[in-house]
Amino acid sequence: MTTAAPPVLSAPAHGAPAAPARTVLAQFRSKDGEPTGPPLQLPTTTTAKELALVLNQLLANDEPLPYTFTVDDEEILTSIDHDVLTKQHKSTESTLIIEYTPQAVFRVRAVTRCGATMTGHSDAVLSVHFAPDSRTVASGSGDATVRVWDLDTATPKATLKAHTNWVLSVAWSPDGNTIASGGMDGLVCLWDARTAKGTSTKPLAVLKGHRDAVTCLAWEPMHTNAACSRLASGSRDGTVRIWDTRSRTTEFALAQHTKAITCVKWGGEGLIYTASRDCSIKTWSASDGKLVRTLAGHGHWVNTMALSSETLLRTGPYDHASAGKKWSNATEAAEVARERYRTGHKGAERLVSGSDDFTLFLWTPSASKQATTRMTGHQALVNHVTFSPSGARIASASFDKSIKVWDGFTGKFLFGLRGHVGAVYQCVFSADERLLMSASKDSTCKVWDMRTKKLKGDLPGHADEVYAVDWAPDGERACSGSKDRSLKLWRQ
Amino acid sequence: MPQNEYIEEAIKRYGRRFNHEERMRKREARSVHKNSATAQKLHGLKAKLHNKKRHTEKIEMKKTIKAHEEKNAKTTAPQEPQAGAVPAYLLDRSSQNNAKVLSNMIKQKRKEKAGKWNVPLPKVRGIAEDEMFKVLKTGKRQTKQWKRMVTKVTFVGDGFTRKPPKYERFIRPMGLRFKRANVTHPELGATFTLPMIGVKKNPSSPLYTQLGVITKGTIIEVNVSELGLVTTGGKVVWGKYAQVTNNPENDGCINSVLLV
Repeated sequence: MTTAAPPVLSAPAHGAPAAPARTVLAQFRSKDGEPTGPPLQLPTTTTAKELALVLNQLLANDEPLPYTFTVDDEEILTSIDHDVLTKQHKSTESTLIIEYTPQAVFRVRAVTRCGATMTGHSDAVLSVHFAPDSRTVASGSGDATVRVWDLDTATPKATLKAHTNWVLSVAWSPDGNTIASGGMDGLVCLWDARTAKGTSTKPLAVLKGHRDAVTCLAWEPMHTNAACSRLASGSRDGTVRIWDTRSRTTEFALAQHTKAITCVKWGGEGLIYTASRDCSIKTWSASDGKLVRTLAGHGHWVNTMALSSETLLRTGPYDHASAGKKWSNATEAAEVARERYRTGHKGAERLVSGSDDFTLFLWTPSASKQATTRMTGHQALVNHVTFSPSGARIASASFDKSIKVWDGFTGKFLFGLRGHVGAVYQCVFSADERLLMSASKDSTCKVWDMRTKKLKGDLPGHADEVYAVDWAPDGERACSGSKDRSLKLWRQ
Repeated sequence: MPQNEYIEEAIKRYGRRFNHEERMRKREARSVHKNSATAQKLHGLKAKLHNKKRHTEKIEMKKTIKAHEEKNAKTTAPQEPQAGAVPAYLLDRSSQNNAKVLSNMIKQKRKEKAGKWNVPLPKVRGIAEDEMFKVLKTGKRQTKQWKRMVTKVTFVGDGFTRKPPKYERFIRPMGLRFKRANVTHPELGATFTLPMIGVKKNPSSPLYTQLGVITKGTIIEVNVSELGLVTTGGKVVWGKYAQVTNNPENDGCINSVLLV
């Protein structure tokens, strides 16, 4: 006697109601880890836009701000059902923790075409730097001149001659009044940016003191010094000098490194960071020049450094919307800069360093001398690292022809970008951090989209290696300088 | 009759006079006066020739004196900025200029616009058929002689399959088939081993081109994606032509020069 198999249930009869929509319990959480609002029951077909509406209501924002939502570091692009439940195989039983990060309110359009080619230098262009108000750009070249270019007409405003050898670095002061340039001859020259015209401009000051090439410059941020009168310069002779630009003298010299200094950064908390080829990074107090900490850990030359607050410090009072604004006096501008710094940068300052030993380190120098994370993965030396303007992401450009993007708080690897056929020299984020631009030895620049993690556009046109690239703080234009002696302005 | 170096031999055997060095020194010291005396006495064509020679000698002497003076004098005048400007992150790094691949696209564009086939070896000796092919005798009585075996180096593509042996007229032996060529960049002087893509043209005969025979002067196409060249439009270059410069069947390798 065999038992019959149980009858197979047929599909529900025509006319029966459809299965009820699945819902999931979700809890919003900000990046700091604080929960926002009570846990909500949301249908699984909720899209990212609807989540943004709900979140704006919960936070009671005056105008709707854009956010990105992630669950376990996977971004929600289409809907919870598609991205979270199916992709990550999460069940609807447990509470989903949805982390949100605010995006920049303004949107920068991708630079896709070359607006202008600016020639005039008689040797390779070695460094390019936009003014904080994004109106002009300064470029230093191997023919020992610094040229200031007007961006609306793409013509040279002034040619500044005082160096006798290559100009390795140029830096605008945060108030946009002075340009500092450091050269292979060991001189630091200061120029008045507002009155510079033609070819006969004389430097405001020629600061002598270094005994070898000056490789990098860093101005003191405006919120700690309203007059922007202090400047740090690092040199190949292993010393860093802090100059007072009004008295044109060296305030003090930081001389503990044993080999060439590759990078100097002036932080927003009163600390100066210096990276050197002796494999160490040292933090100094800006007020008296005493060594605070030595950050050791790299196994080879430290090539580059970046601070999480760098964009804020570099642009001072200027915002993405305040292109032509003028303040009545320096203290007012410094007040605006201080306000901007306070609201824009939360938490301790973070520092990331890239080295010849193919790794990067993420540090919180004010807290401890142990690194937070060691970021490995590159297969050749790391040449340039940069934080995104809000400090949420880190991009590293390496000689292994790839760029890697990491999380700015934890140092976790997010994704890599491949496409260049030669070493990548520099990379820079756009002002709203949605785009990344990279310059490479293969004579092309490339623009990458941070959302889709793919190449957005190719910018060929240079005839030789591209040495330097910079994106204007207001996001309108980007400029690249190359060994073929020209600068190219890129716009939409 | 004196033969060979009898003077030198005598000096070797018996040495020189005891006052030889002294005499030589004094003769040199007096030679200045002697030269001046002859210069004053010479006339006519001889004088002209002598003056011309003396003029060039004096110029050379002045140059060396000036060079010595410059070496001794230490100047602090500012020098011209030296060539080869590099940004700060490339200082003290050997930037591989010797084997650095040329990425100067202006030069490439100019060369493209000029004569298309300015090849390094314009004239090449033609290869006769009896040198190129060896006759193979087949058949029961070894009387059929329609098969030929190629005696030079050949290139067959990736997807090459032989025809059925009964119908194969040209046999290309596996031992003479090559896939890689040594390609020299003419300007940099660096040589790379690159895989071949095909034989573009054999100057001796279109039949040899079809068979893929590589002799001196043949234009071959090589895969240059390893070098990382980029065109002005931003596209990556992966194939370029090269001309063979040696006799591969004698050397066992294919040496060629890249046609930039």
